[in-house]
Amino acid sequence: MPQGHLPKGEAKRPQSAYQSSGLSPTPPPTGEPATYGVYLTVKGLSAGRGGGRAFAGVDLAMAPGEAVILRGANGAGKTTLLRAIAGLTPPTEGAADLSDKDGAPLSPADTAAFAGHLDGLKPTLTARDNARFWARLYGRADADKAISAAFSALDIERLTDRPSGALSAGQRRRLGLCRVLIADRPLWLLDEPTASMDAASAKTVVGLIEAHSAKGGSALIATHDAINIKGARTVTMGATSMGAPA
Amino acid sequence: MSALLAILARDVRLGFAAGGGAAQTLIFFFLTIVLFALAVGPDAASLKAVAAPILWTAALLAAFLSLDRLFQADFEDGSLEIIAQRTPTFGLLVLIKAAAHWLTTAAPLIVAAPIAGLLLNLPGEGYWPLLATLILGTPALSLIGAGAAALTFPLRRAGVLTTILVGPLYAPSLIFGVMAAEAGAVGDPLFQPTLLFLCAASLLALITAPLAGGAGLRLNLS
Repeated sequence: MPQGHLPKGEAKRPQSAYQSSGLSPTPPPTGEPATYGVYLTVKGLSAGRGGGRAFAGVDLAMAPGEAVILRGANGAGKTTLLRAIAGLTPPTEGAADLSDKDGAPLSPADTAAFAGHLDGLKPTLTARDNARFWARLYGRADADKAISAAFSALDIERLTDRPSGALSAGQRRRLGLCRVLIADRPLWLLDEPTASMDAASAKTVVGLIEAHSAKGGSALIATHDAINIKGARTVTMGATSMGAPA
Repeated sequence: MSALLAILARDVRLGFAAGGGAAQTLIFFFLTIVLFALAVGPDAASLKAVAAPILWTAALLAAFLSLDRLFQADFEDGSLEIIAQRTPTFGLLVLIKAAAHWLTTAAPLIVAAPIAGLLLNLPGEGYWPLLATLILGTPALSLIGAGAAALTFPLRRAGVLTTILVGPLYAPSLIFGVMAAEAGAVGDPLFQPTLLFLCAASLLALITAPLAGGAGLRLNLS
């Protein structure tokens, strides 16, 4: 059952069978987006890229409807943590698990929408064609409806037929973030979502995150920008539970 | 599954779009053939003798061209991460990328091969055996290439390294492809067994490329 705010580092739900080993397989993706109401449990997680260790012993628990702002100096491992939760970087120790309210494990592919610091746009394709690809990639049946809703939410409707290579950096960032709306996943993993955006666009993004939380979705946002999300908790990496590099 | 088909459809579309590589590959294929023909000289009989080897070599060289961008383009713009997060296993992604490479590189070459055969004075009986060897043999080129590209894409000079890795692995397909094409043209009974060896090379690539390439992708993306 939902239990509101979980104390940081402790999840009070039954552990899933997948939790024991760091290299344990996540359940295979079903291709269907998971329903909202997803719990994230990060326990004793260590991970690194390219042979180095980005962080060690991270604990984090997130309940549905929660937004967490992830802060930390450059190199503290914010991006690697997001990638580990998204299922891209395998943990060296511990685990990052996603589960529904009954504790049944969920696959990151069906549950999480990950937006890295690159936008994943093909410059020769128009904004609409980029978005159509994402809608198919994430298995959206009502692609055109989802795309126009996402474009209007991020105020880029007038760019629909422009090749994405002809957009400004901020416009590309907004188009890139459309993917998260189109994906319609309960967990958003956003890496510097407001980078190169003007103040008004950044405010729009904050509004979207708040709306997502109100719907029962959760969002983990790594950022250096001074954004203010209503009801969001801030976690600083490299400060408390985060161990020094081994 | 729909995610994989979406990737295939996008890659084929990008491949045939301006600057996507399909047109350049085809032009390169013809250029190689014309240069070979010029080097051999105007003697129709000697051209005829080297038609099948030249066609196969040109197809093989053309296959190299777009290999290095197969994963690298997606890696650089960030879409590889997005795709990887949605792909059930990386081996399948290698298969899809190989399929996209085949459709945008090998398929146009196969369609154009009869015209190239004309340039090389390929005997009339040689066309069907040549097309059969290309259709059955080129999947190995795309599969091996995609597997190697999955290992090398984060590197700066990935193109050169991929070519060096892949070149020796292309040898069986080249040898059996040319042998079968030549045997078929003269009605030699060796046609069938060599064609089967060519198929075996493609099937072996179908099994090994996703395994090796999938491991490479996992390593490079983690």
